[in-house]
Amino acid sequence: MRAYAGLFRRELLLAVRQGGEIGLVLGFFVLAVVLFPLGVGPEAEVLRRIGAGIVWVAALLAAVLSLDRLFAADYADGTLDLLALSAMPLEGVAAAKCAAHWATTGLPLTLISPCLAALVDLEAQATVLLALGLLIGTPALSLLGAIVAALTLGARRPGILSSLLVLPLYLPVLIFGAGAVEAGIAGTGARPHLLLLGAVTVAALPLAPVAAAAALRQALD
Amino acid sequence: MFAYLANPARFMRVSGRAWRFVAASGIAALAIGLYLALAVAPPDYQQGESVRIMFVHVPSAILAEGVYYLIALASFVALVWRHPLADVAAQAAAPIGAAFTLVCLATGSLWGKPMWGAWWVWDARLTSVLVLFFLYLGYIALVNAFEDPARGARAGAVLALVGVIDLPIIKFSVNWWNTLHQPASILRMGGPTIDRSMLVPLLVMTLAFVLLFAALLLLRMRATLNERKARALRLAAPPRRADPVSTGAAPVLR
Amino acid sequence: MTLAAWAAMGGYAAYVWPAYGIAAALLGGIALQSWLRCRRSERELDRIQRTTGRQ
Repeated sequence: MRAYAGLFRRELLLAVRQGGEIGLVLGFFVLAVVLFPLGVGPEAEVLRRIGAGIVWVAALLAAVLSLDRLFAADYADGTLDLLALSAMPLEGVAAAKCAAHWATTGLPLTLISPCLAALVDLEAQATVLLALGLLIGTPALSLLGAIVAALTLGARRPGILSSLLVLPLYLPVLIFGAGAVEAGIAGTGARPHLLLLGAVTVAALPLAPVAAAAALRQALD
Repeated sequence: MFAYLANPARFMRVSGRAWRFVAASGIAALAIGLYLALAVAPPDYQQGESVRIMFVHVPSAILAEGVYYLIALASFVALVWRHPLADVAAQAAAPIGAAFTLVCLATGSLWGKPMWGAWWVWDARLTSVLVLFFLYLGYIALVNAFEDPARGARAGAVLALVGVIDLPIIKFSVNWWNTLHQPASILRMGGPTIDRSMLVPLLVMTLAFVLLFAALLLLRMRATLNERKARALRLAAPPRRADPVSTGAAPVLR
Repeated sequence: MTLAAWAAMGGYAAYVWPAYGIAAALLGGIALQSWLRCRRSERELDRIQRTTGRQ
């Protein structure tokens, strides 16, 4: 357990110290949301209607862009080989890295989302639902992303390839997450959406590290 | 049978005869199916003659999804039992499955225009098929993204298994999303109650598509195995620069 | 029923025939590509087996 905690701490330190990775992801997230009012016009009516979807789509894209941070550097400098040789099973390594990835992308995105909700004129209740949905759903983004990040190690053009691979897998998270806010606004009850979102995360929690470890093994073979 | 065909040389021998037979019966079934679909089947009382699009749309939808499950199954066999032909089959099936998916999307769009008044409607099934198309594209792109073909095969196998677990969840979520956003008045394509006069052409066309898929699968697998063997031979004995006679080396037989 | 009436597809000719045409083009295209690739690979293998003298 201490080994996992150590790995988790190492990942956090790397993310914080290496040129503000967290800031880059957050900057992209905010900028992507800002693009939409500039594209569709500033009418509060329209923005309120599509705001939750915009924020969720931006969160998905930000998660995709940060995927190469999960394994790529460790794969390139051989750290991943050492981790594979260590006593920790690769499933545990993948899980610890997912946790650190979520703490440095999903969590900051969730924390900053109320500000973005204000930009697209969401009401208080919708803002709470948006943040709650992001809190429940973003772990699934890191977990599913880890599988794809491991699969594309050593591939040609891994960035564009991993976005093509992972975005279809992210669809359920987007649908349930944005649906929760919309149902909240329409007054039809956000609970089922959030429960389904939670189900996706809970299902990904044990399965994704196993799949990511299998992907890592074939990459290191 | 799988164990019997695990020897690629044996597979080449059997498939060399089999693919012609499968392709011939597929073409025969296609001829009968087209005749039934275009001439015999009655026009629908609601949709008129446009219902004839169904006879290519629905079989290609069945194949589009079925082939993806087949790829996942072959990937599972490749990962667990290391069957030497399983990853060949998975990779050979993917472009064919993608083609069926594209046919399904195009015919669905052409059917939707007169029925719904729009080329594209965010109908749950059409949307699921669109996502399926991207799953195919991703699989094909990943398999071909590596210098080492064996690495691409293994990565593709893992991706296919992840995709097949996610596919029902994606379909469920798209249905869920669709029921929230669509007015319920939309005409369902090819619902569960379907008249016998339409069911028979549909089944014949589906059979024809399955047979044609099988023939193409065998053909593509044969091509891959030939290419692999050629590559192995070229690596083992690089071709001499001059022609074999002038170098004085008699070709070694066997 | 005349041939022209059949080809008109009850006014849906502009949708039915393109649907069948696209299906034929896509499936025929991949069939042709598969067949050509298989034939090319056979010839290539044949050539290599002849020049290297191996089976």
